[in-house]
Amino acid sequence: MSLLKLRNVESFYGAIMALRGVSIDVEEGQIVTILGANGAGKTTLMKTVSGLMDAEKGTVEFNGKTINGMEPDKVVAEGLAHVPEGREVFPYLTVEENLRLGAYARKVPGVEDDIELVYDYFPILKERRGQSAGFLSGGQQQMLAIGRGLMARPKLMLLDEPSLGLSPLLTQEIFAIIKRLNAEQGVTMLLVEQNANVALNTAHYGYVLEMGRIVMADTCAALRASDDIQEFYLGKQDEGQRGQKRWKRRKTWR
Amino acid sequence: MEIIQLLIGGVASGCIYGLVALGFVLIYKASEGVNFAQGDMMMLGAFVALGLVNSEYWALPFIPGILLACFIMGGVGYGIDRFVVRRIFGQPQFALVILTIALGFVLRFIAGAIWGFTPLVLETPFAGQSVRFGGLVLGYEDVITIVVTAVLTLGLWAFFSRTKLGLAAQAASQNQMAAYIVGVPVRRINSMIWGLSGIVATVAGVLYAAKGAIDPNIGLLGIKAFAAAVIGGFGSLPGALLGGLLIGVVEPIAARYLPSGFSQMSPYVLMLIVLTTRPGGLFAQIHAKKV
Repeated sequence: MSLLKLRNVESFYGAIMALRGVSIDVEEGQIVTILGANGAGKTTLMKTVSGLMDAEKGTVEFNGKTINGMEPDKVVAEGLAHVPEGREVFPYLTVEENLRLGAYARKVPGVEDDIELVYDYFPILKERRGQSAGFLSGGQQQMLAIGRGLMARPKLMLLDEPSLGLSPLLTQEIFAIIKRLNAEQGVTMLLVEQNANVALNTAHYGYVLEMGRIVMADTCAALRASDDIQEFYLGKQDEGQRGQKRWKRRKTWR
Repeated sequence: MEIIQLLIGGVASGCIYGLVALGFVLIYKASEGVNFAQGDMMMLGAFVALGLVNSEYWALPFIPGILLACFIMGGVGYGIDRFVVRRIFGQPQFALVILTIALGFVLRFIAGAIWGFTPLVLETPFAGQSVRFGGLVLGYEDVITIVVTAVLTLGLWAFFSRTKLGLAAQAASQNQMAAYIVGVPVRRINSMIWGLSGIVATVAGVLYAAKGAIDPNIGLLGIKAFAAAVIGGFGSLPGALLGGLLIGVVEPIAARYLPSGFSQMSPYVLMLIVLTTRPGGLFAQIHAKKV
């Protein structure tokens, strides 16, 4: 049974339809990625799952329970942590206070152990535990945001663009840790990412979201091999005889 | 000697401004808007206390009466947020400003309807007493004002920095969305903060009433407290208190050493000076968002 199940979800910003009937499944233990250009509806999808936005139509089912319409503080108590786009740490609180707040809604004990666990994965946070989070660098803030998400001891983590504004090297580092967390801690991940290359290398399964619709769904290996993905998301160009492109390719789903 | 006497009196009235300013800042942090009814909440708190304690009304013993007044006003603050302010959640800040100005008028006339517009005096067990200390003569109410403010400030500080709920309240004011997704019930916490500021306002009102007569228009003192909050850098709790103390001290000194009229003007002149030299206020929390 899949851990997260979306069926025909439609979400609106006022009159603007951002999700036009999205159905996805996230299997337990996997990393599932959602690719898409700016404005495709990726962040909206994440917000709809975590309860920051409500789906107007369709159902969101998590762990066998319908969660659409639930307040975000109730959703996180169910075991679903959202690591938002742009970090969103608490700037005037210390690193450790930020982590403690991550455990605000949880009922299981062992908060101290989990803080140590987060420090194991992100040793730099331990060094800076007493500092205000606002003074951390962007990469450290991203680590803190992921660590804060872990503190809820979630079954499923929503990661919204963890590479935003980070150097390629730091991106590699963060994704290596995401992979380890999935393998070692058994945290299922739903990953939204602009950087298709790194996302496809990290995840097991992928969806392509365009204009609020899912247009492709396959294993990441298959997606990587697909011509459309190569052309439009990985930026590979096949060149014509004279070393230049002769026509603009159309996407096969259009 | 005279200057010390002036200073102590100034600090005592400054404590009251500071407490009302504290209420402004608490609500500013929770609801991201200015509650212009804060002065009127102080007034109402003072009247509720008077209604419970004075012999012609309920005639409760002093301390339990004040505690009950705090409790009632905490409920009033909570209720204002729960049933009124929450409905305009997401509207522009301006809506909250207008709404609280109207609310201030409503509170003023409620108090007027119940207790009348003629000045009344809160019966306190320490009225008219004073302590002699060295060559100084200190009114009991001044000493109590300073002590109570110090204790309340310490209590608030401990609450916000040492308890889980206080930490959650800080988080909610720093980043509402992030507070939501870590599981903080932001709405309930905002209501709680309104309740807390109702309690702080009541304490300020009682301390104010201990010094002299009160009528439903004393809420206009809120304007001065607003200046105090601005001086402190709206959004900073210690700043609000310091701003209140500065205004409290400047007023009597201006009254004593400058021509008449300067005293009433001095808080606002001080505010202008601070705003032109440090536009963010004395304790501005400057934070550039990183992307």
